[in-house]
Amino acid sequence: MKDLVLLLSSTAVLIISAFLSLALRKQPGLAAFAAIAGCVLAAVSGLAAIALSGFHSALALPWPVPGGQFHIALDSISALFLAPLYILCACGALYGRRYGGLNSKTGYSFFLYNILAASMAVVFTARNAVLFLTAWEMMTLSSFLLVVLDYGSEESRKAGWLYLIATHIGTACIIALFGAAWHMTGSAEFSAFPPAFAKLPFAAVALLTVAGFGTKAGFFPLHVWLPKAHPAAPSHVSAVMSGIMIKAGIYGIIRMMTLVDLIPFWFGAALAAIGIVSGILGVLFALAQHDLKSLLAYHSVENIGIIALGLGTGYMGAAAGRPEIAFIGFAGGLLHVINHAFFKGLLFMGAGSVQHATGLRDMDKLGGLLRAMPLTGATFLIGAAAISGLPPFNGFISEFLIYSGAFRLMMAGGHSGLAGLAVLTALALIGGLAAACFAKAFGMVFLGLPRTRLAAAPAESPALMTAPMILLAALCVLTGVAPQAAAKLAILPALTLSGADYGGLPQVLQPIGLTAAMVILLSALVWFLRDRLLAGRKVTAAGTWSCGYSAPTAAMQYTASSFAQPIVDMFGLGTAKKISRPQGLFPVSAEFHSHTPDPARDMLFSPVFRYIDTRMSALRVIQHGNIQTYILYIAAALVALLVWTVL
Amino acid sequence: MNAAADYLTALALAPLLPGLISRVKAFFAGRQGQPVLQLYYDLWKLAHKGTVYSSVTGRVFRLGPAVSLAAVSVALALIPAGGHGALLAFDGDLILFAYLLALARFVTVLAALDTGSSFEGMGASREVFFSALAEPALFVSLAVMAKKAGAFSLNLIFTTNNPVTGNPLLLVAGALFIILLAENCRIPFDDPNTHLELTMIHEVMVLDHSGPDFGLISYGAALKLWLFSALIVRLVLPFGESWHSADNPALFYCGICAVALGAGLVESCMARFKLLKVPAMLLAAAVLAFAAFMVA
Repeated sequence: MKDLVLLLSSTAVLIISAFLSLALRKQPGLAAFAAIAGCVLAAVSGLAAIALSGFHSALALPWPVPGGQFHIALDSISALFLAPLYILCACGALYGRRYGGLNSKTGYSFFLYNILAASMAVVFTARNAVLFLTAWEMMTLSSFLLVVLDYGSEESRKAGWLYLIATHIGTACIIALFGAAWHMTGSAEFSAFPPAFAKLPFAAVALLTVAGFGTKAGFFPLHVWLPKAHPAAPSHVSAVMSGIMIKAGIYGIIRMMTLVDLIPFWFGAALAAIGIVSGILGVLFALAQHDLKSLLAYHSVENIGIIALGLGTGYMGAAAGRPEIAFIGFAGGLLHVINHAFFKGLLFMGAGSVQHATGLRDMDKLGGLLRAMPLTGATFLIGAAAISGLPPFNGFISEFLIYSGAFRLMMAGGHSGLAGLAVLTALALIGGLAAACFAKAFGMVFLGLPRTRLAAAPAESPALMTAPMILLAALCVLTGVAPQAAAKLAILPALTLSGADYGGLPQVLQPIGLTAAMVILLSALVWFLRDRLLAGRKVTAAGTWSCGYSAPTAAMQYTASSFAQPIVDMFGLGTAKKISRPQGLFPVSAEFHSHTPDPARDMLFSPVFRYIDTRMSALRVIQHGNIQTYILYIAAALVALLVWTVL
Repeated sequence: MNAAADYLTALALAPLLPGLISRVKAFFAGRQGQPVLQLYYDLWKLAHKGTVYSSVTGRVFRLGPAVSLAAVSVALALIPAGGHGALLAFDGDLILFAYLLALARFVTVLAALDTGSSFEGMGASREVFFSALAEPALFVSLAVMAKKAGAFSLNLIFTTNNPVTGNPLLLVAGALFIILLAENCRIPFDDPNTHLELTMIHEVMVLDHSGPDFGLISYGAALKLWLFSALIVRLVLPFGESWHSADNPALFYCGICAVALGAGLVESCMARFKLLKVPAMLLAAAVLAFAAFMVA
């Protein structure tokens, strides 16, 4: 019970501080302080709740809403999602204070930010469909308003609109699922759903779950809102949206599947297939981006794909009667939820820090920032290596577990064998491409020479912005060299989901952490040796070798577009190029533009919605702006309902 | 203890391999060629030199060679060398093996980008492209070995009682040999001896390194060649308990030399591929490995 009290008080603190900052909006400094203090306090209390929890406390209070009951519970699955939520929200709030500066919008923005945090905490703990949906909508609307906070820009308005539509199509699927279960069992409690889910065809339950929650998670091709909405939001909001909010979709899928008795093999295979498609296409489209935050947004699609690969391996292993394989797959997928929150939060904050210092997000205009922004650069580098799954950082640990699950599945032979091989081949390709993409992102932004004047003299971001990034980078390293601690958080839910009775994960991971630490030590040793060798010798500086050419300029460097061009061309992503070639004997200007459109948006959703739009315009006759007529419609609808229920 | 001795032997002998390859090439070209021990002389000389850094570069450029060498040497410890087991072995070490090589590549690419040179950017771009395609081929090859041996660690795979035999063995060895040529910047994928920065891949990325840093890079490259060769030798020459007669360090070292000779032979008989053909060749390696999976 103690844990629930702490959990509720952390949510209450978030809500109270949200309204405080709204009330104090005339004094932005105070408003920001109230909200940040709220986030930090909530994080302390929430993490304490998880630490003290035995993971089986629940609380149900009456709530005068039809079907509603204020029923929350803290189990190991909820805890896994809550822990990164608290850490990331506190880091983001601290970061947001200097990033956003103080202006007339500060109070509103922090109000929405804390409401977003609080509603996510309720989403992860609600055990009643009505309560869950209420929190889900609060989460959606507060994040929507944060995306359009900069409503002066058309890009933000468009992104927000797209997000609002996409997310509500997803929510419609969730409502249909909950509605069906509620109708069949007469209760909106999650605990009452299993008999209904057993009676419904599993395919229907699976489709509604994956479509409904997958939209929020950003599965390909339901991801269309994500690459628009994340770059439009302020960076600390993008960090929270990408780091934790899209995981609410993953949480929903996992939670719904715990209510299903027997999950067939094909569900795991389908989830893995979604993971393969999202992972590969996500990273390929990321490679084609020039905008740093769009690149990161597409990587969220990729990482959600990796999580789906882990979960898919888990469900396949469970269905194939191999709980130990299921356990490793689930543990990998779940650990990646935490790891992705750390490194993606860090990377979005890094991108924000770059934008804060230079006003630029276009990688082709940046360059050489490491010298002037050493802290942002170093932490971004750690995040880049971590998200590429390289040891000795945290991304490797979770990908290692997913690989292990896939290898074991592959060794089981038969259908599982092929599925396992597909998962591990896809992971290998994704890993290679992700490393390519982050070599590009870090290299183009932080290394070499500044490509434009704006990028030439930036200043390091203030301490309040770099401190959260340093903390997240430290978590990435710590989880990489000592994975046992973070793995413990993933073990309990993985055991629950797989039905295995094997908990030896920390022992399995120990040698990995040790070897990772060895790489660090050995690097330091080699570095030291090299330093000894060079001591007292001549170390001089000269220009970069340019093949004998005597007047190289920064504009001659390879750009982000040229770096990714071979890969983008080979995979035929439909990049549109606009080239104006140099003309004449003394050419003065030449231009090259490339743009890679999202095929899911341009070829799938746009035509469908345009068709619906033209068909539906016939209905405009009943919409003419006369309020009396609208009231008449409502009255007529009520009468019709009355007649229907009486008959 | 024996494993440690094997590991140290590998560290000491690795620089022989590039020498062997260049001798084979010289023989085919009817030249005298450089001494087999050339790389040792080079390393000695580089270790005693000062260095010139490009004024554009910073920390990342200086860290690159050290981290890359460290990663490759840890990866080397995961492969059973000589007649004994690996120095480091645990369940899943084959995944770590592949990712340590990826780490080495990642820091090399970043060091190249740090110079701000368009040539080095070009080399870096090609390196990440080709290695992204080589990665699935490597993993499918590892998967075939793991499946055949029923084991999940490089050490167990190569010392277990069910060695990979028959057709899959040849297919996997073929795939691994292609990956060896690609990952170690050998003809037909890359030509370190070319005269044009524009056509180099790996070599152009390290153009600006000099002195001890360049020594670390050359030594790391030799280690990488050694560890891929060892992978192939352990696969083709079954050691393990049921093969006591063959469990023989001398045979292992002969095998390593044979792989180097094979690489030299390929380099002597082939020209470099057009860059656009390289992806097709790497896909061919993946297809070979897939075929091996199907028959395994």
